[in-house]
Amino acid sequence: MTENQPPAAAAVSASGLRKSFGDKVVLDGIDLHVRAGTVFALLGPNGAGKTTTVNILSTLIRADAGEARVAGHDLSAEPDLVRAAIGVTGQFSAVDKLLTGEENLMLMADLLHLGRAEGRRRAADLLGRFGLADVAAKTAVTYSGGMQRRLDLAMTLIGRPRLIFLDEPTSGLDPRGRRDVWGMIRDLVAGGVTIFLTTQYLAEADDLADRIAVLDRGRLVAEGTADELKRLVSGGHIRLRFADVSGLDGASRALGEGARDEEALTLQVPTDGSVASLRALLGRLDAASLEVAGLAVDTPDLDDVFLALTAHPDSVQEARS
Amino acid sequence: MTTLSYAVTDSATMLRRNLRRLMRYPAMAVSVLGVPVILLLLFVYVLGGTLGAGLGHRYIDYLAPGIIVLAATSISVSTAVAVNVDMTEGIMNRFRTMAIARTSVLTGHVASAVIQAVLSAGLVAGVAVLVGFRPTAGPAGWIAAFAVIAMIAFALTWISVALGLVAKTPETASNLPMPLQFLPFLGSTFVPPASMAPGVRWFAEYQPFTPMIETVRGLLTGTAIGDHAVITAAWCAGLALAGYLWARRTYNRGGR
Repeated sequence: MTENQPPAAAAVSASGLRKSFGDKVVLDGIDLHVRAGTVFALLGPNGAGKTTTVNILSTLIRADAGEARVAGHDLSAEPDLVRAAIGVTGQFSAVDKLLTGEENLMLMADLLHLGRAEGRRRAADLLGRFGLADVAAKTAVTYSGGMQRRLDLAMTLIGRPRLIFLDEPTSGLDPRGRRDVWGMIRDLVAGGVTIFLTTQYLAEADDLADRIAVLDRGRLVAEGTADELKRLVSGGHIRLRFADVSGLDGASRALGEGARDEEALTLQVPTDGSVASLRALLGRLDAASLEVAGLAVDTPDLDDVFLALTAHPDSVQEARS
Repeated sequence: MTTLSYAVTDSATMLRRNLRRLMRYPAMAVSVLGVPVILLLLFVYVLGGTLGAGLGHRYIDYLAPGIIVLAATSISVSTAVAVNVDMTEGIMNRFRTMAIARTSVLTGHVASAVIQAVLSAGLVAGVAVLVGFRPTAGPAGWIAAFAVIAMIAFALTWISVALGLVAKTPETASNLPMPLQFLPFLGSTFVPPASMAPGVRWFAEYQPFTPMIETVRGLLTGTAIGDHAVITAAWCAGLALAGYLWARRTYNRGGR
């Protein structure tokens, strides 16, 4: 087998991936490039096509069009070589609940033809690393959600894949379980593995990923580092609350911008998040002798990223350049 | 060939997994076995007197071979459910992203189902003997009868695996094989088709279970087999091939 990878070794390179289910277009031509040894996050809301992308790249389903090389192998020509190089942990724990933790790992070891001794060694190592040694002999049905997810990840790792797909690895986990998974992902990256992660949480992508691509309704609407994406939505907005409608009216006039909420008596003003702009804003309100009943600074979240990206189609080019 | 040896190794791994699951959660297998035993007892002790009088000889000797085949077919529900649970719980997708012999997941299920079917049929045969079944077959007859049962189970299991892959939920998966399970009732399990109403009789004579049951009945009790054995083999080969192709196609496409 010739390993003629491009110079900047790509773990995943895909172009023009398309997929429809019936007449519903799920992926509308997406290009991806993931450098080996990095964490790549595919960020998007439910139904954006994240899982479909993972399913295509992990050989579960075929794309209708487009081509991709995964771990150096052509996806459609050499699916088994791709499978041998990747590990996949999906949204739902893919563990056999009637088997014990150890049996689950040994099942994987047997399917990977590791041999009994080596399989047992790796299983014991992973059970210890993932804090499952005490429950290794209990059936997985007795495990908590977080424990099942850890076992799932251990099963993915026993074959020592070079590229790991994690499809919403923290969905449905409590904060502690989420933190555990994040820690494991960081350890993996330190070991030189490439991670392809999907998530709906900007914070998660921000925390873990080297590069983030934002997927919305089957199209990539932005791609860049976390900082580049945040620049797109600047600093979010400031929410001003007033005691009565006249205060709200006065502020609308004085500032000349912002989204009014008559019910809550609030005005939302966009801001770049800097102290200077906040000071200037308060100065203008002071000059108009307006009494502000309350003030909140909203930091940008996924909604803001999407709103910014759909409101200013030009920014997509900006972020890509 | 390494490909073939991997296929065998991986299927054996999957079979081990299925048998282990079976031992750990035997409730399904036991409940599956309950139906044929209850039918056997019901027909022997409640309905047998009248039915036997109509047939002109001991009813249990007519009934038992049919019930034994029925026991083998009742595995189809638990097989479809087991396959479907693998799919809905996500472990099937894990297997599909691994570089393992492609259909070993399915052959593992088939192998474990055939083993279960033969064991169930054996158990029901044991109960039948206990309540008075007196087969005339020698050891060779018994072995031949169980070979036929294994063949029937093999064919029905491939259909069940496909049904399990097609079903969206385990509930659906447990309902889909129902027609398959009902077919023996419209065959020669309980009474000879010759005694049925014309329409039903035509159906009973041409549906697959009648030749299957007649073959097992002949091997165990010495009734005439005629061309039933050949027809049974043809049905089994056809059903197994259709089920295999259907299951493989659905599996490669990712189910549903």
